[in-house]
Amino acid sequence: MAKKVAFLQGNEAGAQGALYAGCKFFAGYPITPSTEVAEVMSAELPKVGGKFIQMEDEIGAMAAVIGGSLAGSKSLTATSGPGLSLKQELIGYACIAEAPVVIFNVMRGGPSTGMPTGPSQSDVMSAKWGTHGDHPAICLVPASVQEIFEETVRAFNLAEKYRTPVMIMPDEIVAHMRERIVFPEPGELEVINRTAPSVPADQYKPYDTKFGDVPPLAAFGSGYRFHVTGLNKAEDGFPTTKAALVQAEEERQVRKVDANIDDIVTFEEYMLDDAEVAIVAFGSTSRSARYAVNEARKAGIKAGLFRIRTFWPFPDKQIKALASKVKAIITPEMNLGMCTIEVRRCAEGKAPVHGIFRVDGEPINPGQILDKIKEVK
Amino acid sequence: MSQRYEIRFSGAGGQGLILAGVIMAEAASIYDGKQAVQSQSYGPEARGGASKSEVIVSDSLIDYPKATVVDALLALTQEACDKYSHDLKEGGVLLIDSDLVTRQPKGNFKVVSFPIINTAKNEVGREIVANIVALGAMVALTGVVSKEGAEKAVLARVPEAFVELNKKAFQMGYDKAIAAK
Repeated sequence: MAKKVAFLQGNEAGAQGALYAGCKFFAGYPITPSTEVAEVMSAELPKVGGKFIQMEDEIGAMAAVIGGSLAGSKSLTATSGPGLSLKQELIGYACIAEAPVVIFNVMRGGPSTGMPTGPSQSDVMSAKWGTHGDHPAICLVPASVQEIFEETVRAFNLAEKYRTPVMIMPDEIVAHMRERIVFPEPGELEVINRTAPSVPADQYKPYDTKFGDVPPLAAFGSGYRFHVTGLNKAEDGFPTTKAALVQAEEERQVRKVDANIDDIVTFEEYMLDDAEVAIVAFGSTSRSARYAVNEARKAGIKAGLFRIRTFWPFPDKQIKALASKVKAIITPEMNLGMCTIEVRRCAEGKAPVHGIFRVDGEPINPGQILDKIKEVK
Repeated sequence: MSQRYEIRFSGAGGQGLILAGVIMAEAASIYDGKQAVQSQSYGPEARGGASKSEVIVSDSLIDYPKATVVDALLALTQEACDKYSHDLKEGGVLLIDSDLVTRQPKGNFKVVSFPIINTAKNEVGREIVANIVALGAMVALTGVVSKEGAEKAVLARVPEAFVELNKKAFQMGYDKAIAAK
């Protein structure tokens, strides 16, 4: 049978991806340009026995998805701009409580209310550093409607596998544009579910490290009870200030991601084999970059594209290797240099890194990138 | 057609131009089997303000999803025409509402005009289908999607009770554009 195809908006594809992954709970507060995610979830979740709730604000919505997840339902919230800022305290709570949740954040301009309908890529640092304290961070940056679907499924998989919040952050252009999508059949994409406890309820400890860095998670309502807190906690979930326990717990939380970078980091290389100028880009900007690379090749310039698909953890070793084989790197982005900082850090001075920054609500067009390629080649 | 073909629908927020772009792209992508990407740009206003919807059609992979040089532009208001006609391609086509766009931009492109909104209001019978009149006209002028595919895409989006109204609007726009060419 022919596969189901549709002409879909990025946000709609994100909601469909969440449903494919088995999401059964959505809490949110509508905000442009992410609202269509909530619209689709409100229509579709009741049909699959799920629940949708519009909360009083973004903070409440973030708290609700943590609760939904701990009750055993895969949970999603969607937001944008100032909504992401409001969610940050609770994102930290999800990190320390080790609650698997997915945050779908559509990047618009900022800070504060900024430019609500304009595109941006300026939330990538907030995805890692927005909530205080040391904590794991996973952030995916899709560049097409099909990829939003697939990466939303992967976001749930990573959240469940590593018991941690995962952000998926399309920019406004990718989130609002429409393209053809081919829906994967059920079973075609891997869907990961959290590990349930194998011990009886009276022996269950929610952070028992004898099961590894990602301890099994019981669902509230299944007969298992445990304490959840934002304080540093011991294996049984109750607060502790014992130095050795806190040190080990903090290190374990960050290690869940750091020790599994190769499992999490994804990227795409285009025309890089013989490239002398490499563009490192993500989201919609990577599409401008691909266009510019094709134009540069036509003009006889050896240009290539490294497309970041997973922004956090950052593809450190790949960028380091890239920097040692090209003459120059160009980093176009719709912010004032957030990815550029990371690329420079990884390049360790082996290749100069030239940023192209745009924050006026307009996309970086292929011509701008092509001009820079010609300038630095 | 291996080259990109770029179409921009522009006017005021609330005129249904984003939908017109979506339908054109659906016609290309779902019914004609081409590659298509639709994107949009609008202000924070719910109604009014300059608004645009862009469609890129190609036989091969579309990377940059926005317009670079526009092959065909629709402008339903003077403001949109002033704001969005600067990157119209040499030899391209500009469709304007002859009642609402009185100052035509100068350039080496073909200008086609007829009273689009008035046609919807007085000849089709409902102003609300002005976007479908405009879509019919753009299908005729660009030739980038098939008429059959476009009509199917329109009807797939319309409730049963409004099928005839939209069919009439689409055909009227198509015919008027051919006559005005």
